[in-house]
Amino acid sequence: MSRIGVFVCHCGENISATVDCGKVAKISSELNGVAFSTEYKYMCSDPGQTLIKEAIKEHNLDGIVVAACSPRMHEPTFRKACAEAGLNPYMCEMSNIREHCSWVHPKDDLTTEKAEDLVRVMVEKVRKNKALNPIKVPVTKTALVIGGGVAGIQAALDIANCGHKVIMVERQPSIGGHMSQLSETFPTLDCSQCILTPRMVEIAQHPNITLYTYAEVESLDGFIGNFKVKIRKKSKSLDENLCTGCGLCTTKCPQKKIPNEFERGLGFRPAIYVPFPQAVPNKPVIDKENCTYYIKGKCKICEIVCPTKAIRFDQPDEIVEVEAGAIVLCTGFDVLKPDFFPEYGYGKYKDVIDGLQFERLASASGPTNGEIRRPSDGAIPKKIVFVACAGSRDPAKGIEYCSKICCMYTAKHAMLYKHKVHDGVPYVFYMDIRAGGKMYEEFVRRAIVEEETQYIRGRVSTIYEKNGKLIVKGADTLMGGKAVEIEADMVVLATAGVASSGSEELAQKVHVSYDSYKFFAEAHPKLKPVETNTAGIFLAGACQAPKDIPESVAAASGAAVKVAALFSNDELTRDPLIAVVNRQAPPVFSSCVGCFLCQSVCPYQAIEREEIKNRNGDVIKTLARVNPSLCQGCGTCVALCRTKAIDIHGYSNQQVYAEIMTLLND
Amino acid sequence: MKTASLSSEVHDETGVLAIKCYQCGKCSAGCPVVDEMDYTPSMVMRMLQTGDDTEAGKLLRSMSIWLCVTCEMCVTRCPMEIDIPKMMDFLRQKSLSENKTHHKARKIIAFHKSFLDSINFTGRLYEMGLIVDYKMRTGDMMQDVTIAPKMFFKGKLNPIPELIRGRKKMSEIFNKTKKKKEGLK
Amino acid sequence: MKIGFYPGCSMKGGAREYQESVTALAKVFDIELVEIPDWNCCGATAAHNINKELALSLPARILAIAEREGMTEIVVPCAACYSRLTVTQHELNEDKSLCSKISSNIGMEYNGSTQVLNIIQFIQKYIADRLEEKVVKPFSYNVACYYGCLLVRPHNILKFDRVEDPQTMDELVRRAGGNAIDWAFKTECCGAGMSVSRTDTVARLSGNIMKDASDRKAEVVVVACPMCHSNLDMRRPEINKFLKEEITMPVLYISQVLGLAVGIDPKKLGLQRHMTAVNLPEKPAPAEPPLAAPKKVLTTQQTEA
Repeated sequence: MSRIGVFVCHCGENISATVDCGKVAKISSELNGVAFSTEYKYMCSDPGQTLIKEAIKEHNLDGIVVAACSPRMHEPTFRKACAEAGLNPYMCEMSNIREHCSWVHPKDDLTTEKAEDLVRVMVEKVRKNKALNPIKVPVTKTALVIGGGVAGIQAALDIANCGHKVIMVERQPSIGGHMSQLSETFPTLDCSQCILTPRMVEIAQHPNITLYTYAEVESLDGFIGNFKVKIRKKSKSLDENLCTGCGLCTTKCPQKKIPNEFERGLGFRPAIYVPFPQAVPNKPVIDKENCTYYIKGKCKICEIVCPTKAIRFDQPDEIVEVEAGAIVLCTGFDVLKPDFFPEYGYGKYKDVIDGLQFERLASASGPTNGEIRRPSDGAIPKKIVFVACAGSRDPAKGIEYCSKICCMYTAKHAMLYKHKVHDGVPYVFYMDIRAGGKMYEEFVRRAIVEEETQYIRGRVSTIYEKNGKLIVKGADTLMGGKAVEIEADMVVLATAGVASSGSEELAQKVHVSYDSYKFFAEAHPKLKPVETNTAGIFLAGACQAPKDIPESVAAASGAAVKVAALFSNDELTRDPLIAVVNRQAPPVFSSCVGCFLCQSVCPYQAIEREEIKNRNGDVIKTLARVNPSLCQGCGTCVALCRTKAIDIHGYSNQQVYAEIMTLLND
Repeated sequence: MKTASLSSEVHDETGVLAIKCYQCGKCSAGCPVVDEMDYTPSMVMRMLQTGDDTEAGKLLRSMSIWLCVTCEMCVTRCPMEIDIPKMMDFLRQKSLSENKTHHKARKIIAFHKSFLDSINFTGRLYEMGLIVDYKMRTGDMMQDVTIAPKMFFKGKLNPIPELIRGRKKMSEIFNKTKKKKEGLK
Repeated sequence: MKIGFYPGCSMKGGAREYQESVTALAKVFDIELVEIPDWNCCGATAAHNINKELALSLPARILAIAEREGMTEIVVPCAACYSRLTVTQHELNEDKSLCSKISSNIGMEYNGSTQVLNIIQFIQKYIADRLEEKVVKPFSYNVACYYGCLLVRPHNILKFDRVEDPQTMDELVRRAGGNAIDWAFKTECCGAGMSVSRTDTVARLSGNIMKDASDRKAEVVVVACPMCHSNLDMRRPEINKFLKEEITMPVLYISQVLGLAVGIDPKKLGLQRHMTAVNLPEKPAPAEPPLAAPKKVLTTQQTEA
């Protein structure tokens, strides 16, 4: 026999202006199963909650219906109040007579009648409610950070400094990412490596951080608080414990002309190499595709000269299995290369380079020791053209979005160029100048006014080479679209930022959504920028969308806090409003027939296979089982189950049916 | 209100949505005749975007639309894939039908009309006829006077027109497509 | 084999040598070009500038006749006619009501089923494979292949070659023994239909084209369009006046280049009809590397790990 309490809220004037709350309360009091009914001005307030708690005790209520605003507003409030009064919180439901009634209808008898109906429906549902208990999931307090760029580094340090263990996985031989390739950063013109390398060293030395470089995530299983990750440590052909990082092998390697990826092809490296002098860890790896030994079986000079005998040619890849409670994706981004642009030469002109290549030219430790020189003949360019929006904001090329950082780094490049080539003339072809950060607009103004960079508003139609010069054909739209032709010595394309290679595969491995550009999807673009829709997986940095260093660092710290919040309990509590596959006594075991249609449609991979065995250990039935840690209660499986063996706690077929029939049996 | 009508007319007739243009200038940058135009392709798009009656009038009276050689370079490079050549065709036709052509475009238009007259009559271009018609329209008697004999002796100038059997069909086609356009002659 | 053939007006007059060379070349490869009976002018530039419906109706009649004659494919050596026919076919395919209107204008059934090939597609499909074995006199000159506008644009309709730095003609020239150079004006407009009404514009645009080819040590410019040929060849005096220098480089049609390579008599290819004399030296000195010769994809532009 139900003893339900109905509490009708005025919500100030929000509800009472169009609904006669008193009448609703009175009509509700006459309903079957309702033991107590009242109205109040602000149910969510302290006195309002006290009213509910006292009513529960006084009238021995076993169910509550609060007729007020949307449950998305205050369901937790009222459920908490019930719990404090000793009533199972899942016996409390809200009937939305504000967003669904008072706010959308005028003051009228019909409006009040609708409110009465809405309360009646919820009363019928609550009569079928069952007490539920929150689900507890243990938490492994280790975070896995995938990606060792500035975002990954920041996230790892923040989490480690909270006292938790961190495992960092980076696929390059060194951490640092693109930030380590930059020469100076805007708007301060700080030397990029100078500010980054201390952090990189901190990662290597931090007692809570385990660093795997030249490694990738092989597979991921499990769920929030309980991820099981397999990491493939690609073979470096090196015993890292013996290697001292002396670097002798790299100087003796006979294969010296391999295009250097760190220098974006502008310089060379040997087959056994350290990507850059400040690499962390500062130990070499052997590039198997270009090493004489691996190709032809000869050489082995590095092994011979190594003073600690650290080279191991037969070292296999190693799979390391780790457990983690949370994952932070910090895989960063990449930029398009000049070969993407047909009208700029399909990449065949050596002196048409992209922004990252220019960074390497400008870097003191770069292939030209910081001098701006043409890749073709080493001459110093006297006229340099920067093309902004190369590929970005270009639906015809398939990239509609703005890459955000290019306006700023183009201004920076123009400035760096002028600082190094005092008599040079930089031109920038632009469409708009996007300088929205702190001190950004002032920075761009400096480039234009103080450094006298010639900014021309218009895009470049084509670039071709003639007599060692690059003919750039653009337009000046502020002069009505007048054609502007510049004979440049060098052209730098501010190419679009795109998702880094392998993003799609990684997203599918860890079950995270991504968009059509392969950037990872945040849970909510405004309010949840560092979370994904997959519980326990967070993201930070440019893997979500192109962004600059301050934003990446901020996002990384944000993600770190989310991880710390997750780790602040030994157990995770989850709402028990999840699906359950019924279980019955043998020999039936369940009305589930094992078709696993539910498993194929579950967006959260929450359905597992449970084998029912007999005493001999033979499998007699395979049934579906919902993992209570992963299920989000979406109900897709319930809709598809052929035998209705699966149902949702709190929204069972019976409860929903009762609501509908209440309305129909008016 | 006639103001918005030129760009909406352009949209109805050609599918080109002027508002999509974000004035990047790539069309003007690649246009082979941009330096001779009174309004560059970027300006033409902007004039349409303003929805202004006066600008629309200027556009129909411009030289730009007649200088355009329909080389299709602009649309090939346009990030928004705006079909400027198709739009130019439409503006040319509208300019003619409303008698708003720029006076300096006289020769260009005369050439086109002479060409069409020729094929209306014979079905295939009769070059001599075209030249004569053109000279009569423009009064430019000296044009190519020195080249013609050389062409003739190299067998490239036919003295007699080729008349197709379907000449009547050609006239019919011309008449059927002409009837809505005033001011074509 | 036989294939439908649409010559277009210029092939009968100002571009007579183009027709001669295409026919002669086809004959060497046992291909008979069957002219579409009673074909009309496609309308060229004039029609689409002046009257949209006319511009669609004229090509539609041509295609309708070809269909009626059972021609599944037609070769259209003139790039401008090729453009008009393909664009018309595309527009009528996309808009069914427009299609029926045009069909009633021409008084014929139109289904848009004939495939339209430009000269290069025709050569690629039916001649290229057998070309090298028939070459008797390699065309060993530096060649600047000039595609012009309408062979490659608008790309979304024509879907032929690549719209920047196309290579199909270059490939054919290489097969014929030529050194097809990399140059900057492959697809820049020559001035098109302005030859008579704005000869100054043509002089400038075509002049820039010839200058670039000449600067890069080309010995021949090869075209696949009678309009381009006329502007680069017939208008040479105006070009030279604009450039203030005399460029004697001849302009040949691709069919003439291949024809010479397979040993057809130059007279049969109509070389004597050119307004700029075709005086190609016998066995020229080995080609100097052109100023900006193409290299293979640069090894410096490699991808990151």
